[in-house]
Amino acid sequence: MSAVVHARKLSKKYGTTVALDAVDFEIEAGRIVGLIGPNGAGKTTALKAILGLSEFDGELSVLGLDPRTDRPKLMEQVCFIADVAVLPRWIRVGQAIDFVAGVHPRFSREKCEAYLGHTKIRKDMRVRELSKGMIVQLHLALVMAIDARVLVLDEPTLGLDILYRKTFYENLLSEYFDENKTIIVTTHQVEEVEHILTDLIFIRDGRIVLDASMDEVADRYSEIMVNPDKAEAARALNPLSERQIFGKSIFLFDGVDRSRLAELGEMHKPSIVDLFVATMKGTYA
Amino acid sequence: MNTFGWLVKREYWEHKGGFYWAPIWVSGVMLLLTLLGIVVAESAASRIEVNGGIPWREISERMSSGDFVHAGTGLDVAYVALAGLLCVVFFFVVFFYLLGALYDDRRDRSVLFWKSLPVSDTSTVLSKVAAAVLLAPLISMAIATLAYIVLLVIVGIWALLHGINPLPAIGASHTLGLFWRFLLTLPVDALVALPTVGWLLFWSAYARSKPFLWAVLVPLFAFIANSWIGLMGLPHLSKEFLYKDVISRLLFGIMPGWWLEDGGEKFRLTRNVFRGDDMLEVFSPSHVYGLLATPGVWVGAIVGTALIVAAIWLRRSRIETSS
Repeated sequence: MSAVVHARKLSKKYGTTVALDAVDFEIEAGRIVGLIGPNGAGKTTALKAILGLSEFDGELSVLGLDPRTDRPKLMEQVCFIADVAVLPRWIRVGQAIDFVAGVHPRFSREKCEAYLGHTKIRKDMRVRELSKGMIVQLHLALVMAIDARVLVLDEPTLGLDILYRKTFYENLLSEYFDENKTIIVTTHQVEEVEHILTDLIFIRDGRIVLDASMDEVADRYSEIMVNPDKAEAARALNPLSERQIFGKSIFLFDGVDRSRLAELGEMHKPSIVDLFVATMKGTYA
Repeated sequence: MNTFGWLVKREYWEHKGGFYWAPIWVSGVMLLLTLLGIVVAESAASRIEVNGGIPWREISERMSSGDFVHAGTGLDVAYVALAGLLCVVFFFVVFFYLLGALYDDRRDRSVLFWKSLPVSDTSTVLSKVAAAVLLAPLISMAIATLAYIVLLVIVGIWALLHGINPLPAIGASHTLGLFWRFLLTLPVDALVALPTVGWLLFWSAYARSKPFLWAVLVPLFAFIANSWIGLMGLPHLSKEFLYKDVISRLLFGIMPGWWLEDGGEKFRLTRNVFRGDDMLEVFSPSHVYGLLATPGVWVGAIVGTALIVAAIWLRRSRIETSS
């Protein structure tokens, strides 16, 4: 199956600031891709280009279409939740459903109403009367009722409490995602998406610094907890990062032979957060 | 309903307050004041002029004296006055509607939601044009007509209380004729409004903040600069041309029927209708559509269309505002 998103030398400048510096990447169908990077790294710029919301240089096709010229057609197959609380505040829930049902050929009113049935949202409410969490529930209900091929989420759970955040991703996985769909998500709350991602793209200063599947990441990176007496030996293997806990050192290694590391101490699967911190060291310095 | 229909409906949902409630409230207050005036005039048995455009004195005096033809003319004037009042309301509502149409959703970022749907920017912008030049005027006209019917009921009750049969006067008025003529002015209004519609939508799509200042200050500074150039003895545009043919067409063109005054002597006749002129004549199709023979209308329509195209182009990639 061909790539859902195909980018070659994708670039974008704002004045003299380079937001994206000739990046190449492919996103295959049926994946859940985490696009992760510090503030200002170019994540949102990349998403905007994919969604046809901004101009760019280079080559980019989404589902075989050029987002700049074919946005209306593209949006039949691509949904996005860009940030929380972008639903118009004046609209009533029922009007929002009517409107999307009216303009979107792949929207199912029944599905949407079924999702909303599990919430406290009523159709006569206006968006401005809803809490932030309820707005996201409504937006998710609208989006999940659309039988699209790509879903783009830009910080979808920012500012929500833990209950909303948990159910958000649970609903997405259990009721929406299948092998024909692709989800691209950016977030700072990496630990929450870690277990659902199939692929990881780290982006820093407009460049891609890591583009790998989660399996590859698990193969490549290892984390070892080392007693002080063996710390020097570990340092000699050129770790990505080192931190101290309870008098022991924790090292993160990239592509170092597992059997050698096992002699030094206790091995763990590294968390994405630790990997992220190690990779992005010095970003704001 | 097709996508475009939903888009126009969306505009109505969002702006129901301006398109629907504002004319209802204004004509309601107008009728209430007229009613109060009549009650006061009756109880004081005086001939107080009931102000606000409805020539109550003419209507009541002519009806009392059996001059039904001129009482009917008075009713026609009342209909035109009610419609004219709502035209003023319409102007303010639609002026600010257009300035916000492509700006407000960028400011509150809901543009990101609208853009996540399979709707082209062209349809979006054109739906706003349609709401401004078709939907809003039709609602306004319908409400003016309803308000006029309420006024006829008031007049009827007053007449019956005085033992006068109101039907001859109502029969001598031209309610239906005026209604059709008002309807016929709408396409010309829309054509004449295009430069203003385009100008306001352009700044609405362009501005990163304060579209009102852009839309109003740019022509104002152009006018002042032109005057200075003139004072320095350099070649410049005539003030009258710049004001009448450029600035007022960019800013005031959405005022329904303002071009009637421009079109000749006829409109001034409304003040003299009691001398025997026919109200229908002012709005006669030959007079109204005669405007189409003047090149200014078409030049304006071309400029307006170009500005709308520019607004569509800006809408494609301009999403952020500075706030």
